Amino acid sequence: MISTRVVFALLIINKAGGLIYTRTFAPGLQRLDSNDYLILAGTFHGIHAISRSINPAPPPPSSTTTNNPSSSTNSLPTHTPAPPPPAPSSTAGNPTRKRPHTTGIESLESSHFRLTCFQSPTGVKFLLFTSPEQPNTDVVVRRCYEMYGDYVMKNPFYSLEMPVRVEKFERAVGGYLVRP
Amino acid sequence: MPGMAKPAPPTLDHPLTDPVPITPPKPFQSRLRHPSSRKTIYDRNLSRTQTTATSLPAFAYLFHALITHHHSQSGSVSDIETRLNRAGYPLGIKLLDLLLYRQQTANPQRPATRPTRILDLLQFIHTTLWRALWNRTADALEQSTTKKNEYMIVDNEPVVNTYISIPREMSQLNCAAFVAGIMEGLCDAAGFAMEGVTAHWASAQGEARVEGKEEEMWPGKTIFLLRFSEAAVGREEAIKAGGG
Repeated sequence: MISTRVVFALLIINKAGGLIYTRTFAPGLQRLDSNDYLILAGTFHGIHAISRSINPAPPPPSSTTTNNPSSSTNSLPTHTPAPPPPAPSSTAGNPTRKRPHTTGIESLESSHFRLTCFQSPTGVKFLLFTSPEQPNTDVVVRRCYEMYGDYVMKNPFYSLEMPVRVEKFERAVGGYLVRP
Repeated sequence: MPGMAKPAPPTLDHPLTDPVPITPPKPFQSRLRHPSSRKTIYDRNLSRTQTTATSLPAFAYLFHALITHHHSQSGSVSDIETRLNRAGYPLGIKLLDLLLYRQQTANPQRPATRPTRILDLLQFIHTTLWRALWNRTADALEQSTTKKNEYMIVDNEPVVNTYISIPREMSQLNCAAFVAGIMEGLCDAAGFAMEGVTAHWASAQGEARVEGKEEEMWPGKTIFLLRFSEAAVGREEAIKAGGG
């Protein structure tokens, strides 16, 4: 029996919306050619930016004490039969602030895959395609961010915003996500 | 006031009409920045080693800056390696004194002596230097089978290369040349004239890695090649012949 918990692919999008890294770890997704990946990255970048700005209006100042983190969730279910994604683990909204900090799309779910997006403070986005049954995708994607910080950003031969061709990053991500 | 002006010295055809005033020298100000505790690195006890370990990311950041600088200044792989080697050289000279001093203070009964034989020196590098720098010993110490003035120290995973991936077009480059420079400085300070210390990859990077399981396990395995000069080898043989 094939395990239903699968990490399909990892994409990294730089802050300008360009695709800088893509790698498939398990078969299952429809094969896209490299041009489609670039379009996907650019499109997602745009949608993500819009999703950050269509944040619901902040509650009136009298009710700031109500602890309601759901005002900052932007998870958009794409298919109607799909169950709504679970509430995001991070309560990103600080109720005392005037304009709450918004994360944009954090996850996007369909009947056969879930896309988890993590945006670093510098605007680099990590997109993780998993099966919907895969647990702890936010932990997995953060670990990928850590590896990116270690092996890509600390590598003196990597130039910023350029495609990631870093041997140790490949090895680390492969060791973490490829199932033997 | 031309009437009061003294005649100009005859050496200048076109006297400077508007001389630039010479700025007075600025009073000396130390650029050394002090932490809030007013304790600088110079106030530290030289023998205290346990609490003075540097964090690896902090080192990686500085090493990153060093490599980026030399990479932008030089063109070829060997040029970068030479520059990294030169950057490490002064450290090695100082480290010899420092490590001997620490040995002496750690064990006052037994006087620490500068290594005078090649094997002692290699053991000193393999064990003492490696332990002081990376908190472990090197992984192997070998003598070349073909040339008697060449020795090899092997490190399976050099700490300096932890976060460094070499791009394909310069796959020969090994940034552990910095460590090779430290070793060269130490050997020179100990009185062993060196032809050079260089760092090499054990396996050809980017090439087809087929059979070698050890290379697969340690992809960053690095061999430091120490080439002693004729004078150093000749002295060693003279001591040996004298029964020393």
